[in-house]
Amino acid sequence: MSRFSKSILLVALCGASVAASAFDTYGIGRQATPAEVKAWDIDVRADFKGLPKGSGTVQKGNDLFEEKCASCHGSFGESNEVFTPLVGGTTKDDIKNGRVGGFVSGDIPQRTTFTKVATISTVWDYIYRAMPWTAPKSLKPDDVYAILAYFLNLAEIVPEDFTLSDQNIAEVQKKMPNRYGMSTDHGMWPGAPAKKGGIGNGGKPDVKNVACMKNCKTEVQIGSTLPDYARTAHGELADQYRSFGPVRGTRTLDGSAAAAAPAVSPEMELATKSGCMACHGVNNKIVGPGYNEVVARYKDQADAESRLVAKVKAGGQGVWGAVPMPPNGHLADADIKKLVHWIFSGAK
Amino acid sequence: MSDLDKQPGRLRPAPENFLSEEQIREVAAGRRSFLRRSLMVAGAALAAPLAARAAEGDPAILELPEWSTTLGQPVAARPYGMPSKFESQLLRRESPGLARVGGASVSFCPLQGLFGIITPSGLHFERHHQGWHEVDPARHRLMINGSDPAFLKKPKVYTMDDLMRLPPVSRIHFIECGANTGLEWGNVAVPTVQYTHGMLSCSEFTGVPLKTLLEDCGVDYKKARYVLAEGADGSSMTRTIPMEMVENGEVFVAYGMNGEMLRPENGYPLRLVVPGVQGVSWVKWLRRIEVGDKPYATKDEAVHYIDLMPDGTHRQYTSIQEAKSVITSPSGGQTLLNQGFYNVSGVAWSGRGKIKQVDVSFDGGINWQTARIEGPVQNKALTRFNIGWKWDGKPAILQSRAIDETGYVQPTYGQLRKVRGTKSIYHNNAIQSWKVVESGEITNVQVL
Repeated sequence: MSRFSKSILLVALCGASVAASAFDTYGIGRQATPAEVKAWDIDVRADFKGLPKGSGTVQKGNDLFEEKCASCHGSFGESNEVFTPLVGGTTKDDIKNGRVGGFVSGDIPQRTTFTKVATISTVWDYIYRAMPWTAPKSLKPDDVYAILAYFLNLAEIVPEDFTLSDQNIAEVQKKMPNRYGMSTDHGMWPGAPAKKGGIGNGGKPDVKNVACMKNCKTEVQIGSTLPDYARTAHGELADQYRSFGPVRGTRTLDGSAAAAAPAVSPEMELATKSGCMACHGVNNKIVGPGYNEVVARYKDQADAESRLVAKVKAGGQGVWGAVPMPPNGHLADADIKKLVHWIFSGAK
Repeated sequence: MSDLDKQPGRLRPAPENFLSEEQIREVAAGRRSFLRRSLMVAGAALAAPLAARAAEGDPAILELPEWSTTLGQPVAARPYGMPSKFESQLLRRESPGLARVGGASVSFCPLQGLFGIITPSGLHFERHHQGWHEVDPARHRLMINGSDPAFLKKPKVYTMDDLMRLPPVSRIHFIECGANTGLEWGNVAVPTVQYTHGMLSCSEFTGVPLKTLLEDCGVDYKKARYVLAEGADGSSMTRTIPMEMVENGEVFVAYGMNGEMLRPENGYPLRLVVPGVQGVSWVKWLRRIEVGDKPYATKDEAVHYIDLMPDGTHRQYTSIQEAKSVITSPSGGQTLLNQGFYNVSGVAWSGRGKIKQVDVSFDGGINWQTARIEGPVQNKALTRFNIGWKWDGKPAILQSRAIDETGYVQPTYGQLRKVRGTKSIYHNNAIQSWKVVESGEITNVQVL
């Protein structure tokens, strides 16, 4: 091989390899347009970077909340039925001190969103990106300001005639009941420590054990054992392990209880697969009414089943509150009929 | 204990295998006369011809089964293979009462029946914040931008076509929910290792280091010290990641899991992998990465995933999963068949690196023996340990204790609660105890 062709080869090899990583190395991917960035970059930081301009009143928030949120959260954000409560457990003193006293004394009855959260931006960001539960990202910034104003009024942080806006939200932050309740003095942040501009103590563990091997203590102190109800609360444990191998699952339900526990019916499977069970319980309201409530309301109407079939297919709103039931055009008519008949037969 | 009677492959099962718990206790107490009786009864119960054959040997050997004497199924009868129908009992399961809405719940991985370190993809635990979707990869995009235009030379959009052309890495890592074992902070609450530790899985993930992508966008590492990861689902889950973990090449955007694409429940077609860090940061259906100069205080780092301490403060941005281990077999909710040899097996892991040693105790932590570790031991991955044990029929308490390469030793419940109280919910890495009683039944207990 001549010197000339060697150098050609060298050039070719260089051309074929790409620097491990550097700006625009690969010619892969394209620049995001400003409209694209605007459409997706919706996060709001604790210093309100990213917060859209806008405003909303407590009253408007009350109306929106009743319409879009109350079915899960209760009219006053107090419900513990579907999600943990949003509001409650904070006092005037907490607002003044910036620490929720119930956490300090240890006797807080229920951790609500407003007892925990230190940063109001967090709540704004989350409502805007993820709420309502079944229609996330459908709220406008003004709606979010209004709903948040309503929460703040429920938590007695702002008065009834308050209008929350991008202009005064920083002032409201100064009244958040748990604003001084967070600590970052721990060793569980995997980046730079606080003294180098990061978070925490640089990975120093707070709990220490030593690897003793022999005669490490004189007695074994049992702190807690499995309560009886918990032994059976997870169903038949014998059926949650193989029927061969070195051990067996322990039989926790006697034969009669196991026999009495019905297998999942094909209708229940269909209802789950079709998404019905995400919003309706058999005996309880979730987002929509429980099947028991539906049956109780319509059972005396002669054409109840056929009317309900039409309703499931087309969707509806208003009968059970303002949260709409989406249309279910994707389901086969025969399946809808089967499901409605099943609901009227007790949804077993 | 009729289940215990089924003893596949044992020619002459040891007497204990015929016996009820009560009878086993009698044996243990030395009343052996009745053993002969029960053997006779067991023999008489068999059909006569079978009994005759049984005298010659195991019917499972002497009478050829249908799979030895008939034609089997052709190739591709199942174009996507499924587990045997005899494996129907090991499933992802929910814990009743844990969540009221299936879209914001957890299903637990059946650790009690798994081997080695890789979790079968279909049994990987699930945690969704607003339900899961079948995301169309052709319409999925990853955007990278800055909280300030000065932090990146060029905000970019990548398609799956783009991402899968870039040089990938494949690495085995564990993923554990920060709330794993959270039900047990105050007291024993659940019966089996599936529910105590099942928000834990380990897979080989394949994807592109986030460092490659950020540098391709011209990131300014001096200014941007934090990364926000955001999902494409309804919740558009967000979490803050430290730039140090991106710069050192650990964090990657994964599309592959155990040789195939991610499963929909695990973020198909793209999720973040943040080794050693709690699962909530491994954002699924990853649609956007933002680089910034401050942490973000998102809902899942300001309302949830904050650890309540005894002084009433909540620890924020707790992310590392500290060293932890658990014996998976034998474990709570199981019953030992009889006395004699057992292989005690479990998994250990640490969010700070490799596992150095696992010790096992059979007496509730008075004495410990070092278990055998199955290599190779990998960084921030499940590590399988095994140790032999001869059960003498007496009560025992089984524990395992992990030590990682930093020298950190997994703590006891007493040590953990002394510092963090009982209400933290998150990051419970205490030593797990399984109590064995004379009947062979194993239950969940907490040793302080």
